[in-house]
Amino acid sequence: MSVADLTFLALLLPFLGAIVAPLLTRILGHNAAWVLALVPVAIFLHFTGFSAEIARGEVVTGGYAWVPSFQVRFSWLIDGLSLTFMLLISGIGALIVLYSGGYLKGHPHQGRFFSFLLMFMGSMLGLVASDSFLMLFVFWELTSITSFLLIGFDHQREAARRAALQALVVTGGGGLFLLAGLIILWNMTGINQFSLLTAFAPQVKASPLYLAALVLVLGGAFTKSAQFPFHFWLPNAMEAPTPVSAYLHSATMVKAGVYLLMRLYPVLGGTPAWQIILPVFGATTLIIGALLAVRQTDLKLMLAYTTVSSLGLLVLLTGFGAPYAIEAAALYLLAHSLFKGALFMVAGCIDHETGTRDVTRLGGLRFAMPLTFAIALASAASMGGLPPFFGFLAKEEVYTALSAFDGRAIIFAVLAVVGNALMFAAAFAVALKPFIGKRIETPKAAHEAPVLLWLGPAVLALKGLAVALLSGTVHELITSPMASAIAGEARVVTISLAPHIGVPAALSTLTVLLGIGVYLRLARLRAAIAAALAAIGWGPDRGFDQAMRGLVRLSSAVTRRLQTGRLDIYMTATFTLLAVVLIVPPFLYGELARAPVFPQDIPLHELAIMAIAVIGLVAVVLAQDRLTAIVSLGIQGFSVAVIFLLYGAPDLAFTQFMIETLAVVILALVMTRLRLSPSDHRPLRENLPDAAIALACGLGATLFLIKVTEAPFDTGLSDFFNQYSKTIAHGANVVNVIIVDFRGTDTLGEIAVVMIAALAILSLVRLRAGSLRRIADNDPDAEEASR
Amino acid sequence: MEPVFALLTGIFLTIAIYLMMSKFIIRMLMGVAILGNAVNLLIFTSGRIMREVPPVIGPGLDVPAGPVANPLPQALILTAIVISFSFFAFLLVLSWRAYSTLGTDNTDEMRVAEPDGAPPPPLGY
Amino acid sequence: MRSLILRTVAPLIVGLMVLFSIFVLLRGHNEPGGGFIGGLIAVAALSIYGIAFGVETVRRAIVFHPLAIAGAGLMLSTLSGLVSMVFHVPFMTGLWIYPVILGEEVPLSSVMTFDIGVYLVVVGAVTSVALSLEERGED
Repeated sequence: MSVADLTFLALLLPFLGAIVAPLLTRILGHNAAWVLALVPVAIFLHFTGFSAEIARGEVVTGGYAWVPSFQVRFSWLIDGLSLTFMLLISGIGALIVLYSGGYLKGHPHQGRFFSFLLMFMGSMLGLVASDSFLMLFVFWELTSITSFLLIGFDHQREAARRAALQALVVTGGGGLFLLAGLIILWNMTGINQFSLLTAFAPQVKASPLYLAALVLVLGGAFTKSAQFPFHFWLPNAMEAPTPVSAYLHSATMVKAGVYLLMRLYPVLGGTPAWQIILPVFGATTLIIGALLAVRQTDLKLMLAYTTVSSLGLLVLLTGFGAPYAIEAAALYLLAHSLFKGALFMVAGCIDHETGTRDVTRLGGLRFAMPLTFAIALASAASMGGLPPFFGFLAKEEVYTALSAFDGRAIIFAVLAVVGNALMFAAAFAVALKPFIGKRIETPKAAHEAPVLLWLGPAVLALKGLAVALLSGTVHELITSPMASAIAGEARVVTISLAPHIGVPAALSTLTVLLGIGVYLRLARLRAAIAAALAAIGWGPDRGFDQAMRGLVRLSSAVTRRLQTGRLDIYMTATFTLLAVVLIVPPFLYGELARAPVFPQDIPLHELAIMAIAVIGLVAVVLAQDRLTAIVSLGIQGFSVAVIFLLYGAPDLAFTQFMIETLAVVILALVMTRLRLSPSDHRPLRENLPDAAIALACGLGATLFLIKVTEAPFDTGLSDFFNQYSKTIAHGANVVNVIIVDFRGTDTLGEIAVVMIAALAILSLVRLRAGSLRRIADNDPDAEEASR
Repeated sequence: MEPVFALLTGIFLTIAIYLMMSKFIIRMLMGVAILGNAVNLLIFTSGRIMREVPPVIGPGLDVPAGPVANPLPQALILTAIVISFSFFAFLLVLSWRAYSTLGTDNTDEMRVAEPDGAPPPPLGY
Repeated sequence: MRSLILRTVAPLIVGLMVLFSIFVLLRGHNEPGGGFIGGLIAVAALSIYGIAFGVETVRRAIVFHPLAIAGAGLMLSTLSGLVSMVFHVPFMTGLWIYPVILGEEVPLSSVMTFDIGVYLVVVGAVTSVALSLEERGED
């Protein structure tokens, strides 16, 4: 197998795992996690194999033709950026699979959960691996769908259902913006692969459609990465089980938006619009997210809002455009995935072991859960930017990027310091407060979490330390290639734990001091923010509810207007439209039939049979009793049969004779039971408009048909059938040969319809009286109850 | 000959549509039956009319000896006749069932599926 | 309609009509006729039988449930189309063989079995409708 095939297999593997997961879980119980974790481990190992090439600055691409007629390929691009993401997704994914083995132990749908989780993993891998636009879009929406399934996993709670729908609407809708933006880029350049797009960057930036493409792409990125004002779905997504929060809503999926911005940075980045929009939205999100994080008392919600905040910081950095900003974004993204994933899992451990996540009801757990405490502290220190953890390096780089001495940089530096200080406080509120102080009684008696639960966060926390200590190697293998891939040119990351005095260190110290201050006055600040929010009283979250309700009301109103439930209105509308379509366009375009030539020498018997048909028709309309109506109906039918016979269609004539006979028989059978008059006992003023519409339709059809038959006839098809019916299909009756041979597949479909109609009729005839009454009541509950 | 057939088709269509716009199911049923014939005539006419020569290849020949009626519309109509009969029979039984259940033959009073004053749709999640 | 005359002639007429329907079916490829028409003639025959002797007699006479006959027909038609797969030609390609039976060369084809399937579907489906409606008329 070639490397390309293996890569394709690696992208496919999670979906294969998703198929076997339920069965495996039924057999092995929660221990299936150990087996299923091999899937991400295998993927991790496969992609690690590329790291040497990537570190040398090479780019690996591959793929297959997908929709050749549109030049669309299923193709992947492995460079520093996507490789980092792939390793994060598969590496953290393995830990999450193990963690959820312990977290959902004994849950009746654990197998389904594994299945969803692996499907998400596959979608996310595909997203970051995509080189082709359409492949990216498909996987982008797949992550939205799988995230919907995971958030709504606990589908019996309304809050979970609402959160799932909200995430799907916001991120899925954003995906449509992204698609539009990518199609504009495609149209602009004729290129639909990221690896080839970079060469067209000047052309894209000069295009008049640049701003449209940028705004649409940002619409996708900002919704996915929860930027203000689309941030509200992310905290609500905490309804999902904690492994999902740790994996999707901190480490991977929410970074897809940032990933996209980084991927398109060489093409769209660096313009004034980019350097205004991104930092402004990023900084707003940073501050609002951090303030809301401090306001929460639920561990997971605090972490969720700090995630919003961190995503804001990443967007700010991606758009900032100063030296070191890209490097800082790369470092911070890596650090954030490690410490936030760990902290979420710690919150899950606390929840799982104590039965509560409310920080005001937790305290003194340090002796009961010492290991968890250590992991929490290490992760929080990384998040707070304390040495010797990786978060410290990231934060130094961030401040290096922001510490230029112009007005714009100073504003954003101040905002970053404030945001980071608030995040610092939130981090220690999660990681320190539940463990220190007096022991508070919790719903469950707390003790140390089992190995499946602490293994994941412990590995991540240790990595946060190891990565910082071995920063040289990490820069060489991961961060430098990643920064280079984002920037589209070679970049070298050098920052290490070695002490360095300067503006960044000063800002860092300031952040920590400020953070400690906030932490000590947390309760007062929380109350103040709560009061401010209550004063505003409206947020995008409530706006979402209002929008959804409005949508339901609107569609209900429209439906009621269009579907009145009265058949005659539907009929009148349909046939009025038919009349208009038949008559108006020929008038407008001067396509009316020329004066038709009626032949003078029609044989008398032909005229007579047509006259009989018309008499039969009129008699049907005027019939006052059932027998007359049935007989008249038969007369017009038999007349048509005779007409077919006279004009060279004996097959049709025989069929029509038989059918008319049967129709009359069954009509008589049913109508004797209906005991209804066939006449129309409505007043004339109701019948006249109907007659007018019918007449217009008939007139229109006549004119149309005359016009059609005036044109010369293309006998190509008929000649074909006449010529080959005998020589190829060995049949002299051309009509029959068409039916059973040339167009046999059509006939197969038609006899299937006949069969289905017979089945439907039989079941209608056989319906029991009792079931009919239930249908009449139209009450599904009663029907359910009577079973 | 085609204009005559066009006129005949128009008459069939007029009657069919007039009957279908009635509010009484029996008349609508008869309208549907006639509509089938109208449409068959429409197809037949647009394939052009030819008297008395069915599209059958004589014995010993490989192609028809002279001009024959157009076989293509005939093949289309032949299956259409059978299908419209099935459809007609289904409608017939359906309306008989509707009548015996609801006790009315007036479509204005058949409001089981879309009743007037239905409650507003649920607004929750 | 339990008239003595009808009851006396009915078996004869019905037998002739069924035979005729099969004749129409088989000659359909070369003369006017075919599965649809043949099937409808057979239905008419069965209806007459039903009028003369009652629905139950017809049901006994045709042994199988009418819809089972229709289903078998649909199956036969589909299989006739699928035979072409064995010979690696597109779905529904007509295939012909000319075995010599009793000294006569008899052309047989998947097209013919397809038409027989059509015949069976029409017979089964329409008979089912007619019988079930007649049955209801009796109670």
